[in-house]
Amino acid sequence: MKLVTLPASLDERSFDTLVRGIEGDPGQRRLFDGSHVRWADPYGMIGLLAVGTVAGRTAERPLFRLPELPEVVSYMTRMGFFEHAADLFEFHGTARRARPDGASDVLLEITAINSHADVHAVVDLVNERGMAILTRQLHYPPREAFQFSVVLSEVCQNIIEHAESGGWVATQTYTWKKRLAGRRVVVIAVMDLGIGFRESLSATQAARHPEGAGRFSDATALEAAFLHGQTRFHDPGRGQGLQQIRKQVGRWNGRVSIRSGTARIADVPDWDDSPPLEEHLPFLTGAQIGIILPARVEADPLTMPGTARKGETN
Amino acid sequence: MTYGPAQVTPFQIDLSSLVGRSVASLYSHLVTRPTGRALRLGIESQIGEFGSSCLSVLDFTQVVVLDYSCADEAVAKLVQRYIGADRPADVYFVACGLSEQHRDPIEAVLQRHRLALAAEVGDAGFVLLGETSARERRVWSLLEEVRATGPDDVAGRLGIDSGEALQLLDGLVSRRVALHGSRDRFLSLSSLLTPH
Repeated sequence: MKLVTLPASLDERSFDTLVRGIEGDPGQRRLFDGSHVRWADPYGMIGLLAVGTVAGRTAERPLFRLPELPEVVSYMTRMGFFEHAADLFEFHGTARRARPDGASDVLLEITAINSHADVHAVVDLVNERGMAILTRQLHYPPREAFQFSVVLSEVCQNIIEHAESGGWVATQTYTWKKRLAGRRVVVIAVMDLGIGFRESLSATQAARHPEGAGRFSDATALEAAFLHGQTRFHDPGRGQGLQQIRKQVGRWNGRVSIRSGTARIADVPDWDDSPPLEEHLPFLTGAQIGIILPARVEADPLTMPGTARKGETN
Repeated sequence: MTYGPAQVTPFQIDLSSLVGRSVASLYSHLVTRPTGRALRLGIESQIGEFGSSCLSVLDFTQVVVLDYSCADEAVAKLVQRYIGADRPADVYFVACGLSEQHRDPIEAVLQRHRLALAAEVGDAGFVLLGETSARERRVWSLLEEVRATGPDDVAGRLGIDSGEALQLLDGLVSRRVALHGSRDRFLSLSSLLTPH
C-alpha cells in the first residue's frame, strides 16, 4: 500500500502534489490520508475524485482517511463530496457524511456532467440560487451575474464536446484571508478524465505544428486551444467557448487555468503569481479547469488590471 | 430579383416558446448546442410554412441566459443558411427584445462567421450587429433613420458618389440586413415592423 499524504490546503495550488501520489506502480493500492486537511475548495475536492478514480482503475479501490477537523468534513459533506466519492474510495473515519436536507449555502455542489441535460440543470440551479450571491456578496451587476451562468455553461460543455468522458463541476464563494486583501472570490472547478487536449487536437492540429507532429505536446495543444481557439472540428463556430470564457474572466480580472496531461496554461491576473505556462507536471489524463473570480469593488486598484499587488499568499 | 414590402411576410417567433416546443423540455435558458440546433430547426420549419419570402423576427424578450454555443447554432447558423445562393427561401432576420446580456454572444458568433444582423437592443433601438465595415454601418444607419431611400439620396447625405452608394446598399441587401423594394428604393427591415 502506498501512502499519499494530502496537503493541508486541498486546492489548485497543491493539486500537482496530489497527482504525484498516483505516480509509480499503478497496481499498488493507495491510502489517501486526509487527516491533516484544513481547507478544501472545489478544485481540491473534484481533484481528489479525479485522482481517486484513476488510482482505482488499476488497483484495489483506494482508501481515504477523513480529515480530523469536523468542520472540514462538514463542509465536504455539504459540497456533496462523499456522495460522489462513495463508489471510488473506501472510507476510514466515522463522521457524518450524508448531505443535510434544506437550504444550502453552497453555490453549486459537486455535480456530475455526463450530458447536455446536466449542463441545463447546472445553469438552472445557479440562476436560481446564485444570483443573490453574485450580486450581493460579489457585487456583480445583474447583467454580469447572468454572464456567470454563460461561463459555467461553456466550461461544462467543454467536457461533453471534447472529453469523450464524463466529469464534475463545482463552485463556491469564499473570503480569502490573505490573498486579494481579504476579498471574496468565486472558485469554479471543472474536471474530466477524458482524452485531454493533446489527443483531442492531434488529428487536426498536430500535422500543422511547425516542429512536426512528434513535437505536438500537451503544452502546444493547450496553447492551440487556449490562445488560438483551435479545435478538432472544422466548423468555424467551434472553439469560441474557451475564448469567450477567457474574455469574460479577464473583464472580471479573474484567473482561468487549464491543466491537461503534463501541462497547465493560465491567464494570470496581476494579483496572482503563478506562471502562465507550466510543463513537465505529473501526468493526469483529461482536463482540469480552474477559474477564480474576485468580488467586484468599484475603483479598487486590486481589481484594476495592471495595478494589483503580486506575491501574496493565502 | 427584387421584393416589395407587400411581398415579404413578417412573422414573429418567440424564442422562449419555440425552444420549449422544439426541445420539449423545461429549459427556459438558451444554452448548449443541441438546444440551439433544435431551435434553428424549429424556426426553419416555421419559415417553410410561409412560402418563398418572409421577414423573421427573433424575439429574445423572454430569454434570460444565452450562451455562445446556443447562439452559434440558433442565430449564426440560421442566418448563414439563408445568405447563400442555395438558400431554401428569401428570408430576412431581425432580432428583437435583446438586452445587453444577449448582445455579447450574438455579436461574437456573428463576427466569427462574418455575418451581420439587424437587432433591437434595449434603449439603443435598432443596431447592426456582427462583422460590418464602417461604410456599411454608415449607410445602414442612414437607412434606418429615413426608413426608405435610394442611392442618390444616400450619396448626397453621406458625400459619396451614387455608384458607391448603390454598391453599399446592394451589399446590405445581399447580407440580408436591408430590403430592395422597387427599382431604386431600399428599405430598412425595421420599417417593415413598425408603422411610420
